[in-house]
Amino acid sequence: MLRVENVKVPFDGTYVLNECDFEVGEGEIVVLLGSSGCGKSTLLRTVAGLENPESGKIWWGTQEMTEVPPHKRGFGLMFQNHALFPHRNVGENIDFGLQILRMTGIERQERVDELLSMVDLDGFQNRKIGSLSGGEAQRVALARSLAPKPRLLMLDEPMASLDRALRDRLLADISELLRELKQAAIYVTHDHDEAFFIADRIAVMHNGKIEQIGTPSEVWSNPSSEESARSMGHENFIELDDSGRCEIGQLGSSSGIVLIREDGLSIVPEETGIKGEVISAVFRSGITLVKIRVGKIELSTSIQGSMKVSEIVNLKISDSAVVALS
Amino acid sequence: MKKFLLLITVIFVVITATTCAEKKDDTVTLLTHDSFWISEGVFEEFTQQTGVNVEVQMAGDTGQLLASAILTSSNPSADVIFGIDNTFLQRALNADIFAVYESPSLSKVSEEIQLDTQHRVTPIDFGDVCINYWIDSFSSDLPPPKNLDDLIDSKYSGQLVVQNPETSSPGLAFFLATIAEYGDDWELWWAALRDNDVTVTSGWEDAYEVEFVAGGGEHPLVVSYASSPPAEVIYAETPIDSPPTGVLTDTCFRQIEFAGVVNGTKNQEAAENLIDFMLSNTFQQDIPNSMLMFPASNEAELPATFAEFAEVVEDPYMLDPEIIERNRNNWTERWTQIVLR
Amino acid sequence: MNPQKRFVWAFLFFLPVLFVGVFFYWPLLKIFSHTLDGERINEFWSYLSSKPFRQIAWFTIWQAFLSTVCTMMLALPAAYLVARFSFPGKKLFQALTTIPFVLPTVVAAGAFMALFQRFGLDQGMFRLHHTVWALLLAHIFFNLAIVVRTVGSFWAGLDPRVEEQAKILGAAPWHIFRKITLPRLVPALAAAASVVFVFCLTSFGIVLLLGGPTRATIETEIWRQAVWRGDISVASVLAVIQLGAVMVMVLIMNFLQKRQAVVESKVELNPERASRKLLVGNILLLGILVGLPIVILVERAIGVGDGYSFQNFSAMADRISLVPLSSLAALKNSLLFAVVAAVLAALLGGVASFFVVHGNRWLSNFLDFGMMLPLGVSAVVLGFGMLISLDTPPLDLRSSWILVPIAHALLGIPFVMRTVIPTLRRIDPSLRESASLLGASPSKVTKYIDFPIAFRALGVGAAFAFAISIGEFGATSFLPRSPDRLTAPLVLFRLLGAPGEALRGQAMALAVTLMVITAATVILIEGSVFKRETIRSDF
Repeated sequence: MLRVENVKVPFDGTYVLNECDFEVGEGEIVVLLGSSGCGKSTLLRTVAGLENPESGKIWWGTQEMTEVPPHKRGFGLMFQNHALFPHRNVGENIDFGLQILRMTGIERQERVDELLSMVDLDGFQNRKIGSLSGGEAQRVALARSLAPKPRLLMLDEPMASLDRALRDRLLADISELLRELKQAAIYVTHDHDEAFFIADRIAVMHNGKIEQIGTPSEVWSNPSSEESARSMGHENFIELDDSGRCEIGQLGSSSGIVLIREDGLSIVPEETGIKGEVISAVFRSGITLVKIRVGKIELSTSIQGSMKVSEIVNLKISDSAVVALS
Repeated sequence: MKKFLLLITVIFVVITATTCAEKKDDTVTLLTHDSFWISEGVFEEFTQQTGVNVEVQMAGDTGQLLASAILTSSNPSADVIFGIDNTFLQRALNADIFAVYESPSLSKVSEEIQLDTQHRVTPIDFGDVCINYWIDSFSSDLPPPKNLDDLIDSKYSGQLVVQNPETSSPGLAFFLATIAEYGDDWELWWAALRDNDVTVTSGWEDAYEVEFVAGGGEHPLVVSYASSPPAEVIYAETPIDSPPTGVLTDTCFRQIEFAGVVNGTKNQEAAENLIDFMLSNTFQQDIPNSMLMFPASNEAELPATFAEFAEVVEDPYMLDPEIIERNRNNWTERWTQIVLR
Repeated sequence: MNPQKRFVWAFLFFLPVLFVGVFFYWPLLKIFSHTLDGERINEFWSYLSSKPFRQIAWFTIWQAFLSTVCTMMLALPAAYLVARFSFPGKKLFQALTTIPFVLPTVVAAGAFMALFQRFGLDQGMFRLHHTVWALLLAHIFFNLAIVVRTVGSFWAGLDPRVEEQAKILGAAPWHIFRKITLPRLVPALAAAASVVFVFCLTSFGIVLLLGGPTRATIETEIWRQAVWRGDISVASVLAVIQLGAVMVMVLIMNFLQKRQAVVESKVELNPERASRKLLVGNILLLGILVGLPIVILVERAIGVGDGYSFQNFSAMADRISLVPLSSLAALKNSLLFAVVAAVLAALLGGVASFFVVHGNRWLSNFLDFGMMLPLGVSAVVLGFGMLISLDTPPLDLRSSWILVPIAHALLGIPFVMRTVIPTLRRIDPSLRESASLLGASPSKVTKYIDFPIAFRALGVGAAFAFAISIGEFGATSFLPRSPDRLTAPLVLFRLLGAPGEALRGQAMALAVTLMVITAATVILIEGSVFKRETIRSDF
């Protein structure tokens, strides 16, 4: 439904967005994943119509949206800071878009009630914005964006200001709600766990470009670049010499950087593997994150059970977990 | 948004409608200063006689009135101007803002105050700027001063308040009185007065209402008008039999206020009629109580309080308006050097 | 944007532009072109390079600068109190600080003089009367409200948690104020300071009455040249110079205001209760500065003979034979003018503020600057300018009463803008963007977001415009008028212009009534505005 074609947005002599291309299908949730400053928020704002691209086009189905002002695009955007209207109470905030649509009073009231219960805020209608907690404000913002039934909902780092426990719960709620409503959405985040949780497809962004786009498992197992791999949380990058070798062994056929995914890195009892020294071990809910040094190379992985620092272990690397990066 | 635009449109329509009301032909406009007023019913009599209404416009003090009149002389808003006095007269005449009109009623006015021989302006009223004194501040031990000479006597040191002749009408009048008395020696007199600790204010209001005893101040001598004592009686808070102030009749300068037909008026006849009317007994007899001035007409009778308490000044100081206009800027500059610096 | 909407926006933009254009810039240009005679250039030059003029110019700037600094310093504690604390009678306190604003200069000068006498400051070693100090004191008295109000309302919107954080980090209070609070206050401080400076620069009555005859500022010099010497050309030259000084000041302040503008989301915290020390300190300070002169006025108004009575008030309905109007009728005129002026100022100032904040940079600077200048022009010159420019139909307004509220609105607009602009600037852009993404067109964004949020500031601005109008004397006295349309301050001046206890008493009663009306109106306007905020903003 949404198609972004070759969008370029200039800023200060360079481009924040440089030939961005991607699509969002009907009812699909696409996550824009990338580190801060990669242009993902700008892309969102460009889709929303808040920024004007220098070149490129934005389509909704067969309709071109590039020149359409934001209020006529029918897209919703939920800001990172929620941007709730301080002069209106909760109900009035949610009602805002309905009021603009010139719905009747009864219809509006019904819809507000419906949304309040959708985000589990029944009875909050007359609360003042200043009295809301972070999570509540977040839900109000979501309800407000959903109220006019946008064709596309965009969420800009919605969890950024929330604590972890709240984040996990809200993420589940949002994910469930969006799927229930079959809501097409673009979700911006720098957190790959969040992305994996909610995304139908993930678009990895770097330096104003979409590096890679695919389902969570596709992009996770086959990142196309180092940046893409990093934003997915991968850590084991190894530089190969001209013959494709490194201290661990032959990992490729020519020079370049390869990624060893954590899932292909295991500690084996036999003496056959590669010897390495544990340089750090952090216990985290059932697993231990370990860092192992082999020569000058440091590799991270997680194992079941515990492990001590400076222990010598044997590593096994499965070939399928070695990904050559561009 | 539409409502907002409608509101704005309505506001502007209302404003334009109220302000652009047609000016009627049967109206004569009198431009004057802020101290002008005449009782209700007086101008109605004029309307009854001539069928013409009088619209009064005020333009601030005398200086402002004159400046306005000169500025608008190419497209005058008024038909008659009243309130230019003899200290400003020559400037008005030089600017050629008045048309010649010799009123038949001038026969009732003494020749002495008909300063313009060409009759471009007609005297309407006069008053005397004199030193007033607070009676209770003086006694047989310290009698009030008699004349200008006495004021530089150290007995009266620190007692007198005068206004700056550069910013006040009575201030200028009093200054002119000293020039009329001392000629070129006025500078010596003022230097002596300065040494005698004279207080100078910017205007009449702060002299009389702040510095003078009557206004709560501490100075028992102030430059004011010969008509001030009767005003103290008329406008007393609790009725009094006689004024608390007196006038030094040998220190007075005569101010004469003139009216004139505006050069270029479209209502020449009505304007001339208004001048005649302003010399009629109806108008003239209302002047004392409404403006605290003396009527120019010999036939007008004074109201009782005025007749009783207003000092009639026998031989006030006067100066030719032409001489005043020619020298005033130099004089006042010299005065500033001597008294204020 | 379709052509129809484009037209509406253009129309709205041109409304304030047209207003100041027709009623300010055109008259000004006309009087300048009428009087500035190139042949006299040498004469002008020698006047401008003369010692007396240099003294006047120096004194003008010097006293305005010092007055502004003093006012700012004395008003800050009160602004802090109003911004951060709740205490019983807060609204009354705020309204009371506004009172001096409406006092006609003559009356205030009288009150100060009486004050000096009572405390033995009228002569001797500690003489204040006819000194620069009296001038400064009066300027502080008159301008305190501007700072307390504009800075106070801006301050209230700053997040206090920032200061709290600094406190936790161990910073000393003075350090917190200097390093944390002050920098964030700069936009409001600059806005207030520019208005106060311009007011003091062009102050007229105070200089004449309290400064005494030896002290002249450019403004009084303009008046002396134009009215007393009849030399409007020199007056115009001076007016141009004064306008230039004002322009420089306004430019500097606009720059500061913009550079320092920070977007801070407003937090709604329950204001703390004021500590007794702070409250007492502030009330004492303002009590001395503002309260004492006012108390003296009230005493004069009710003092009759040796006792007290309300006879001066009950006599207000009767016309005194020297004055065309009864005091009551004059009050009615003043009220009407003030309402018209406040509505005009709020409407046009509000629209202009919006374009200053949301228009493109060129437009914004143009408006921000252009609408401010009326505060800085000599009333004498503008009055004469109006006289010779508004003299042909359909704008033959020379004899129309509407000229008075129009002139007052010109003075009120900058106040409305100074209060509304900082508030509009502080609206988080994401609020407006959110609204727009929820389907609101630009005009609806203005209606539902900007307007309700800035409504309180607009109310404060309108209240200021009202107060300015009701007490305005300078500009009014230079406009033509008909006797039945005299304003209360003009009648008051006339009452003080003739001898007699009764006239003086009546003048004081009129002054007290003016103060009461203003305070009541300010409370009323703001009261309804504050209530409004909690009700639905949907209208």
